[in-house]
Amino acid sequence: MAQGWGLGALINLDHYGHYIQWHVIQISVANLIVIILMVATFVAALFAPFPGRRNRKGTK
Amino acid sequence: MSNAQIERQWTSRLRHRVVEKLPPDRLLPDTQPAYVASWIYVFGVTTMAALGIVILTGVILALDGPQWWHSSSLGHFVNSMHLWSVEIFFFAMVVHLWGKFSMAAWRGGRSLTWVTGAVTFLASILAGFTGYVSQTNFDSQWIATQAKDGINSTGGGAFFNVLNLGQMLMWHIVLLPLAALALTGLHVIMVRVKGVVPPFEDNAEVSA
Repeated sequence: MAQGWGLGALINLDHYGHYIQWHVIQISVANLIVIILMVATFVAALFAPFPGRRNRKGTK
Repeated sequence: MSNAQIERQWTSRLRHRVVEKLPPDRLLPDTQPAYVASWIYVFGVTTMAALGIVILTGVILALDGPQWWHSSSLGHFVNSMHLWSVEIFFFAMVVHLWGKFSMAAWRGGRSLTWVTGAVTFLASILAGFTGYVSQTNFDSQWIATQAKDGINSTGGGAFFNVLNLGQMLMWHIVLLPLAALALTGLHVIMVRVKGVVPPFEDNAEVSA
């Protein structure tokens, strides 16, 4: 169906999943990417400057 | 009826108690403390925004049914919206959870805020799992046959049968969304009653 569309998925997902295995631990590459993105977002949220923060005065 | 009698009515007592606990200016405040101006504080509301899209797309899917979402272009689109809003919902909720855990957000009498958030997370996971087995495709059949072994090993299979599509669909579109929405509402009310948890350096204010 997606092939009929001008805008298909940016990444071709029409294949079997890729997995990483380390002893008894097994995780799909897709899940690993999501976890890495969540950690990166968490770290960025802690340190990235928030717009307009300097202009904010005191508390309510 | 005298004023004293009116004041003794359960409606009067409940109203006074609600207004005392949650006055209108605290329920819908115009400003927030300066420390809230941080990206780490945006993931709670991102989670709720995503939940709104999840519910809206879920309602549309329920209106038109499986044949529609499996066979039509618009059905595929709404089905994808439902999936990806769930992805954003869990993504934002996990970052929100990490952020609040790192702040020890249960400080200052906020334990019920923390507990309602944690239980909402658990209800949402169950909603996600029942969603997997409600797709009505080969994927859901495969997942259900795998999940039944896990559920049966706990003895819960007699009450919660993942191979029973009707039961799973009802849990997914009625019971668990109601639970998630009610718990989210309670969670937000607790945030409004107790306020947003301040950073550690302001802990003295919290205990006051």
